[in-house]
Amino acid sequence: MDLLKLTAVELAKKIKAKEVTVMEATQAVLDQIDKVESQINSYVTVDREGALAKAKEVQKLIDDGTLTGPLAGVPVAIKDNMCTEGILTTCSSKILENFYPTYSAEAVCNLEKAGAVIIGKTNMDEFAMGSTTETSAYGITRNPWNTEHVPGGSSGGSCTAVAANECFFALGSDTGGSIRQPSSFCGVTGIKPTYGTISRYGLIAYGSSLDQIGPVAKDVTDCATILEVVSSYDKKDSTSVQREEYNFTEALVDDVKGMKIGIPKDYFGEGLDCEVKEAVLNAAKELEKKGAIIEEFELGLVDYAIPAYYVIAAAEASSNLARFDGVKYGYRSEDFDGLHSMYKTTRSQGFGAEVKRRIMLGSFVLSSGYYDAYYLKALKTKALIKQEFDKAFAKYDVILGPAAPTTAPKIGESLSDPIKMYLGDIYTISVNLAGLPGISVPCGVDSKGLPIGLQLIGDCFKEKNIIRAAYAYEKTREYVGPYDK
Amino acid sequence: MANIISDETIEYVGILAKLELSPEEKEQAKKDMGSMLDYIDKLNELDTSNVEPMSHVFPVQNVFREDVVVNGDDRENILKNAPEQKDGSFQVPKTVE
Repeated sequence: MDLLKLTAVELAKKIKAKEVTVMEATQAVLDQIDKVESQINSYVTVDREGALAKAKEVQKLIDDGTLTGPLAGVPVAIKDNMCTEGILTTCSSKILENFYPTYSAEAVCNLEKAGAVIIGKTNMDEFAMGSTTETSAYGITRNPWNTEHVPGGSSGGSCTAVAANECFFALGSDTGGSIRQPSSFCGVTGIKPTYGTISRYGLIAYGSSLDQIGPVAKDVTDCATILEVVSSYDKKDSTSVQREEYNFTEALVDDVKGMKIGIPKDYFGEGLDCEVKEAVLNAAKELEKKGAIIEEFELGLVDYAIPAYYVIAAAEASSNLARFDGVKYGYRSEDFDGLHSMYKTTRSQGFGAEVKRRIMLGSFVLSSGYYDAYYLKALKTKALIKQEFDKAFAKYDVILGPAAPTTAPKIGESLSDPIKMYLGDIYTISVNLAGLPGISVPCGVDSKGLPIGLQLIGDCFKEKNIIRAAYAYEKTREYVGPYDK
Repeated sequence: MANIISDETIEYVGILAKLELSPEEKEQAKKDMGSMLDYIDKLNELDTSNVEPMSHVFPVQNVFREDVVVNGDDRENILKNAPEQKDGSFQVPKTVE
């Protein structure tokens, strides 16, 4: 049996049945890390000793019947923007090069309570600002399908760790597509839930009104299971939502008869790669064969989502990142003259170019005289975009489209032209603005052998619709990883 | 480029953002911000005169709770990551002469 090919849920079952021990599973993942990490660089930190010690502890709790859940004993990777008590948490930035949190994010606590074993912290674009995992202060991450290509971002390391079998599942975060786009590029499945579903407590903030944590895994069953374990109402997060139900796994049913699926024409126009288009439309046909009702429609305002997003996200980032000043934690510059000079040199030396670019833009759009023209205008645009989705979901259960306009670009091709890179988020960004849930599921490879992702979007709190559609689609094909070729 | 960013603007934004940019970084920032604003100006095509700005997607009300202390004195943990500390406080360069 090749342990590493198992999904998280399959592994937990085997552990429960005493066919595999937690230590064996943890060791298998650590061995795989030793084998591939020099080519991929999924991790900023691998916590070998911590993981092995935890594995022993969890095994005991499984043996004595304390831990019985569907993720007990399963090794997990955590994106490096979630606080993990005692484990270095850098946000892939120099400014947090020495930050050891004294508490864990609520989502991480929920996983630990369920008996998951933390292997380490995954690489990302610095402060989650980027679409390629090339802006990390700790080196780029490479796509395991072809190491000359990027893995996408910002949760690039989480997605490559899953694809390259360096963990059994991972947590990522999604502010404008940062789970769905790299999932698409790496051929894995990732969900961004409805805003407020998973606590943001302990998630280092980028754009607080947009940020959501979500699962990345090999299949839809894993993702629904992880989502069920990680979601919770949390008083420590003021935007946490008390939901009526959290039983996402109930939607793992291979039945889409009568489900109404809308395909936005605006998602299939200029800029969409023809191989991606074909694969996504083929996926729609598979769902149609299973009884779903597929219809094209006009979504509207698609071109306005990216400019609105960059104003809002940059504004929130400029405010959120004000806390990194060399006083309370992280890096402090050594050459300064007085307090203000210390703030300035610390921040100038600690942040990378893309982070500075967004802080500057955010400071500008919030500044006196420009606030109405840019920031308020963007918030009004957001309201209009939300209305467009409300209209669509009055007619459809699910919206279907690509997760990204192309497959993974080559390393080094994206950063030179920021606006072009931002345009790559065109299908994912509006979902964050409207607070909706979205999932990316693999739906084929292009002629270069790079994975293509299908995106399914649901109305707020309707994760079950997208999980059901994704599950039914997934049943029509086999999971193929980069090393199964 | 429709939006020309002046040296004064970059200087001012640098103060707001608490960033010290080298002359090269300033030139690059002027260009980057100009082209981003050109792109963002696309929003002006939309008539939003009768639209309420939406800061939160769900209707939110203030959440009240009793003011009860649930965490203890966590000073040691809070100071654990401080670059410099003294007498149980964060230490910073002298600010008042």
